[in-house]
Amino acid sequence: MSAPVLEIKNLNVGYGLGDQGVRAVRDVNLTLHRGEVLGLAGESGSGKSTLAYGLTRLLAPPGVVTGGQVIYHPAEGEPYDVLGLSDERLRKFRWAETAIVFQGAMNSLNPVHKISVQLTDVLRAHEPKMSETSRLARAREMLKLVGIAADRMDAYPHQLSGGMRQRVMIGMALILQPQVVIMDEPTTALDVVMQRQILGQLIELRERLGFSVIFITHDLSLLVEFSDRIAIMYGGRIVEEAPAAAIYRDALHPYSKGLLGSFPALRGPRRELTGIPGSPPDLKGMPSGCSFHPRCPKAFDPCAGNIPVLGRPGTGDGRTRSVACWLHPTEEPVG
Amino acid sequence: MTSIPDAETPAGEVVLEAIGLTKHFPVRRKLRDLFSRKHDAVHAVDDVNLTLRRGQVTALVGESGSGKSTVARLLSQLYPRTAGDIRLHGESTRVKSGSAFRRYCSTVQMIFQDPFASLNPVHTVRYHLTRSLKIHGHAGKTAEDLENALHALLNRVHLTPPERYLDKFPHELSGGQRQRVAIARALGAEPEALLADEPVSMLDVSIRLGILNLLRDLKERLDLAILYITHDIASARYFADQTLVMYAGRMVEGGDSETVTQSPAHPYTRLLIDSAPDPDRLTVDAEQLTTDRGNGEPPSLIHPPSGCRFHPRCPMAMPRCTTDLPVRLEIGDRPGHWAACWLYDEATVAAQQPGSAAQPATAAEVSK
Repeated sequence: MSAPVLEIKNLNVGYGLGDQGVRAVRDVNLTLHRGEVLGLAGESGSGKSTLAYGLTRLLAPPGVVTGGQVIYHPAEGEPYDVLGLSDERLRKFRWAETAIVFQGAMNSLNPVHKISVQLTDVLRAHEPKMSETSRLARAREMLKLVGIAADRMDAYPHQLSGGMRQRVMIGMALILQPQVVIMDEPTTALDVVMQRQILGQLIELRERLGFSVIFITHDLSLLVEFSDRIAIMYGGRIVEEAPAAAIYRDALHPYSKGLLGSFPALRGPRRELTGIPGSPPDLKGMPSGCSFHPRCPKAFDPCAGNIPVLGRPGTGDGRTRSVACWLHPTEEPVG
Repeated sequence: MTSIPDAETPAGEVVLEAIGLTKHFPVRRKLRDLFSRKHDAVHAVDDVNLTLRRGQVTALVGESGSGKSTVARLLSQLYPRTAGDIRLHGESTRVKSGSAFRRYCSTVQMIFQDPFASLNPVHTVRYHLTRSLKIHGHAGKTAEDLENALHALLNRVHLTPPERYLDKFPHELSGGQRQRVAIARALGAEPEALLADEPVSMLDVSIRLGILNLLRDLKERLDLAILYITHDIASARYFADQTLVMYAGRMVEGGDSETVTQSPAHPYTRLLIDSAPDPDRLTVDAEQLTTDRGNGEPPSLIHPPSGCRFHPRCPMAMPRCTTDLPVRLEIGDRPGHWAACWLYDEATVAAQQPGSAAQPATAAEVSK
């Protein structure tokens, strides 16, 4: 496995403080390696978007990072903790080192500015010495890279279709050649045909430019196809993390299994599927022990009392994966 | 247009039927068009035929903007239709408002996409369900009857025990529970047909199947005719008996769900199925997938392409596709499987090479 580019250690993120506060992300440990696509799956309210905003320090109040470290390894130089950066260094870090494509990226473009202005704006802020012509040339090059004709430079966002706006957003995220790109449900608002085209293009760009991707979505079947490793979140914690194929073939956590069983298959025999009974937990009244135990078909004695830790399971491929479940007790916790 | 009668579909009396259903939305005229005779319109739905039978689920699959929700709204008489006919138990119906609309509603009920928006936040579950029961005359004579009816409704949608949910407000319920209340409200009218417009797309993935299984269970127990509108063709395969595929306002393929998803006939259906996420395809194999000559975008519905509306994107397009509107043609592998595509017209395929229109079509597009 290649070198890590981003290491998340014991990250805790909450909303509000004191008694009113809720803990949206709890003790998350996760490592993103160079050039890999890491999928982050979970239902709404599982904390996957909060995790992404927390680690990039984009969280708006009342959200607060209450603990942990996010170690970033730049291409050259010493690794540093993103959470400890000064405002000025943070400004330089953002976009140049990690870029984010937001949920509903179609609406993240400014409707009153041309695409060219919005693309060059990034360059103007981060590379003030660049000349206007080379800025425009770079923007044009970027549009071409994501499959938009350069003559759309002077278009306004409303003149582009949803898929094209999404491509512009991806191009904008890549314009400073960041090491890490975080995509928060980038294709949820698009149709399947467009979704496949954009994701195919993204994978191709990743091979060419060599950045790493954290891909956040609720669509696990999409992740199995497009990502290298998958981490599954439930109730603010990572419950399982493994290579994509391992999750699909042999998920260990009952929640991962349930999630996989929630997507009807397009091929193969037609069988009765059940989904997962019950509904996702409320962050304010989290169940004791394993937060999944009230919905878990396999819950037994320790589940209600003790929180399982994320660790290597005792299976054959145990070195490459980790799971937090009492069914697979571990001697070697992760992180 | 020739149409093949939906023959050999197993039992089930026809509840609701659409024949040549068409809806055009007028586009606001620009000042410079004021003196011309030009009247632009969005061709949202053109010449749609569909049949809802008792005890069967019919799925309507398509991209956003393909007109599938417009079909549901036309069938529920929320929009007046431009042309065509809607037949309830074989009788042509056109209702605008008032008591006729209410009578129609008591037979055909709708379930909306977003249970967060379709329930009134200031009213309790009890109020929502009582309204539905009273309006459609199923509340009984006494308070006790009403209470029993309410309990029966909640039990039917598996919100048990009913006492726990009756006096809750929508914000106290989860998304899945809210959608169950919305379904219970629709059932309060004791309808014969349910029109479900993307009933699960706003819900969390783990509870979607619970709602689909509930609808299937209701269909079997109450003998309902259900129209299931979705963009997810895999869920149509799972849930529906019949599947119809819509593209740019027109039906392009239809038949038994299993046949349509396992041996798709129309190039658009193939594209749709190849594009759906499939965990079994672990390597992204571009060669095997159906190619899309366009950029993945549906055409303008104000000036839809001539002939087959899919021809600018179709890898198999022939010269005839650009000029003549394809008719419904029987595929012949299974009874009732049809596609509106010239590829299944032997005379056309013999005379013209499939894919031969590739160049002219692109050229025509550029000149536009």
